[in-house]
Amino acid sequence: MLLNEFLFLGAFLFATGVYGVLARRNAVLVLMSVELILNAVNINLVAFGAFRDSVVGQVFALFVIAVAAAEVGVGLAIVLLIYRNSRSIDLHDVDVTMKG
Amino acid sequence: MVAQHIAFGLTAFAMAVGAVRVVTTKNVVHAALWLMLVLAGVAANFILLAAEFVAVVQVLVYIGAIVVLFLFGIMLTRAPIGRDNDLDNSQRLASLVVGLLVFGLLASVLSKQYGRVHIHPGPIQRTSDVAQSIFTQYVIPFEAVSVVLLAALVGAVVIARRD
Repeated sequence: MLLNEFLFLGAFLFATGVYGVLARRNAVLVLMSVELILNAVNINLVAFGAFRDSVVGQVFALFVIAVAAAEVGVGLAIVLLIYRNSRSIDLHDVDVTMKG
Repeated sequence: MVAQHIAFGLTAFAMAVGAVRVVTTKNVVHAALWLMLVLAGVAANFILLAAEFVAVVQVLVYIGAIVVLFLFGIMLTRAPIGRDNDLDNSQRLASLVVGLLVFGLLASVLSKQYGRVHIHPGPIQRTSDVAQSIFTQYVIPFEAVSVVLLAALVGAVVIARRD
């Protein structure tokens, strides 16, 4: 297998996630796009680990998965709090509210 | 080798379609389900790269827990179930340009640096090797991640508590 096949797939997922983070206004959808970015990173880590015959890539991918789980938990809690305070998870409204 | 290429092509195509649908679909619940397809494809790619433990963890943590958490978040915030034309902001064109630029930059660097580099099937890396590495060389980061998970758990409960 070519190393670049996996790296290009990761690059595509990353770029798609960047588009989603910038273009979406629903907070849950922004978090989903962040997950796409983190998965792109994981593919890169495991692919380079296989390329270099090293388990370190897999170890780092496991760490990224653990941190992603923590991030989603806290992120969704914050989204719930925003929803409870302003009855909306539209990030544009949040922006307006925070400006005062 | 041919079977691996076919499997990679199929999963890569499904993942590309799924990722684009995650960021373009008009239905929040459908976005979570497309995300599940992408995550399953990532697990399949880990299997192709002979990282079976990471693949199993991917299925357990991402598909089993994180997607369910997203669905909970969608339901608790009473997002409109069904089509909603108000999910994208006005920066879609600029975002598309940024996304394409990011992909173009990464693709040009990768094709220049790793143009025809092959992954040679080396000695199989077993799960015990991963465990050996985690619990000897990376034991301090491992413990730090445990503390991060505990702090995130407590923090999520404190933030989302009702009073």
